Amino acid sequence: MYNAARYTKSVRTPTLKSMDINKDLMAASSTPIVLAILAEEDSYGYAILQRVRELSGGRMEWTDGMLYPVLHRLERLGHVDARWQVAESGRKRKYYQITSQGRAQLAEEREQWQAVDATLKGIWKAIRASLPTLNPAFAPALAMAA
Amino acid sequence: MPTPNQVVSLDNQIEQWRSYLSRRQAIHTVDIAELEDHLREQVATLVGAGLSTDEAFLVAVNRLGNLDALSREFAREHSDRLWKQLVVVPSDSVAQLARGRMDAIVAFCLAVAAAVLVKLPALFGLDLEDDAHFYARNASFFVLPLLTGYFVWKRGLDQSKVRWLAVAFAAAAVVINAYPFTEDGPTLVLAAIHLPIALWLVVGIAYAGNRWGQVAGRMDFIRFSGELFIYYVLIALGGGLLMGFMAAIFQAINIDVEPVFEQWLIAGVVGAVIVAAWLVEAKQSVIENMAPVLTRLFTPLFAILLLGFLATLLVTGRGIDIERNALIAFDGLLLVVLGLLLYSISARDPQSPRGPFDVVQVVLVVSALLANAFALWAIAERINEFGFTPNRTAALGMNVILIVNLAWSAVLYIRFLRGRAQFAPLEKWQTNYLPVYAGWAALVVIVFPPLFRFI
Repeated sequence: MYNAARYTKSVRTPTLKSMDINKDLMAASSTPIVLAILAEEDSYGYAILQRVRELSGGRMEWTDGMLYPVLHRLERLGHVDARWQVAESGRKRKYYQITSQGRAQLAEEREQWQAVDATLKGIWKAIRASLPTLNPAFAPALAMAA
Repeated sequence: MPTPNQVVSLDNQIEQWRSYLSRRQAIHTVDIAELEDHLREQVATLVGAGLSTDEAFLVAVNRLGNLDALSREFAREHSDRLWKQLVVVPSDSVAQLARGRMDAIVAFCLAVAAAVLVKLPALFGLDLEDDAHFYARNASFFVLPLLTGYFVWKRGLDQSKVRWLAVAFAAAAVVINAYPFTEDGPTLVLAAIHLPIALWLVVGIAYAGNRWGQVAGRMDFIRFSGELFIYYVLIALGGGLLMGFMAAIFQAINIDVEPVFEQWLIAGVVGAVIVAAWLVEAKQSVIENMAPVLTRLFTPLFAILLLGFLATLLVTGRGIDIERNALIAFDGLLLVVLGLLLYSISARDPQSPRGPFDVVQVVLVVSALLANAFALWAIAERINEFGFTPNRTAALGMNVILIVNLAWSAVLYIRFLRGRAQFAPLEKWQTNYLPVYAGWAALVVIVFPPLFRFI
């Protein structure tokens, strides 16, 4: 018998640095991240996730399945096009490609994120002295930011 | 490297996972294919990193995330999927696509043929109004043979069976047209009403294909008939709306389109039967059956109505005031109760345990029988006074047929409720009874007119 519970039970893969990026932030950043990765080159679900891991140094752990509804939403909105193609593995694979509308959307998102980023950078600098001891994992990133 | 054994077991596991996923309404086959590609690639990577196939599979599935959450996300993105859509032409495979398209074309052609057929007599000067008796006699033949033909084609019936079906139609046509009926007389009206009922059995035999001999085949025909009725009513409502708008907008430019309606309405009336039949076939497994839903809704209401009626009857001590049409009204009541019973049986899983709805069903049937018994008793006292006219005899005969069906159904249902029997005998009894209705209808068509001297 197939034991459904085995697979539906949510098992958190503990990330090395035990840092959880908050859910809302994950959701908000998923669109620009996916669009930006597709702006590099056409890609498919698994490879996009790999690229996210690589870029974030493993700090952004998406639940794999959740990427697909995001891709489908972008497809519906016309930001990406999808096509089925036989991959080198011999399996059919769904590839996504960014559209010109998607690029425009990406440019817009980029501006917004840069504005948020600049604001935060400003404030981090101002309050650096009063911050409590940081999680060591943050240190290199923050040092770079500063 | 995975050994061949491991590959087989991985394929099995993925197959199971896929079938588990496909039960989620919001996740479609294409999405599963996409997720499977992901899963396989993840497994391959993990195996490459030294995990066994089993471990890799488990990890990969876990990483995909909680299925409930996942299917919720899919549902949020594809909210339309929670509403089952009627895909008239399924696109799962090329063969299916071709079959669905062929089906639609044949049905459409037959609907047009029915419309042409019903207009054909007009070419020979038979007017719908002046020669109403001709149309009354032959109403069945404009659509039922075509509907039968549709199922003969669809089910690929044997030649020998087709021959018998054709003989039945031909014999019916000869009888109804050769009898010297009095114009507008009651025997003609009765024959005109009962002929389609008798011939509906012929349609059923074609519909069931080679499964007429089985309970399940006949039950499918009952389901089909109920859905067809509902679809037909819906199409008729839409048609009424269309005509209303047409009349209104042409009225605005001072053109009276009513004569056009009178000419062409009938073509729509017959064509819609075949379109409705095709729709029922196409949507069969896609959309929930409506008839059982309506039954669920109305069975308790009718049960309350009948109990209220019986209680009032007993408390006030009133006798049933029997006028000429009382019997027909009670026939109608029994017919509705039979319909409610039939369609709740048609949707019931014979294996499911007894529930409160079953009790309501029995209460409904028993109270209908009691109410009918009161009516019959009142009629029996005055039957000599009224005399046996064709109408009254037909109504009485139908009443008896319905009583026999419902009474035995009640017995079987009560046995089932008390745990003495299974549900299957009830289903069998109802499906076995189908030829009785057709037989009685045939009797009214064939024997009544000579019996009552064609009045």
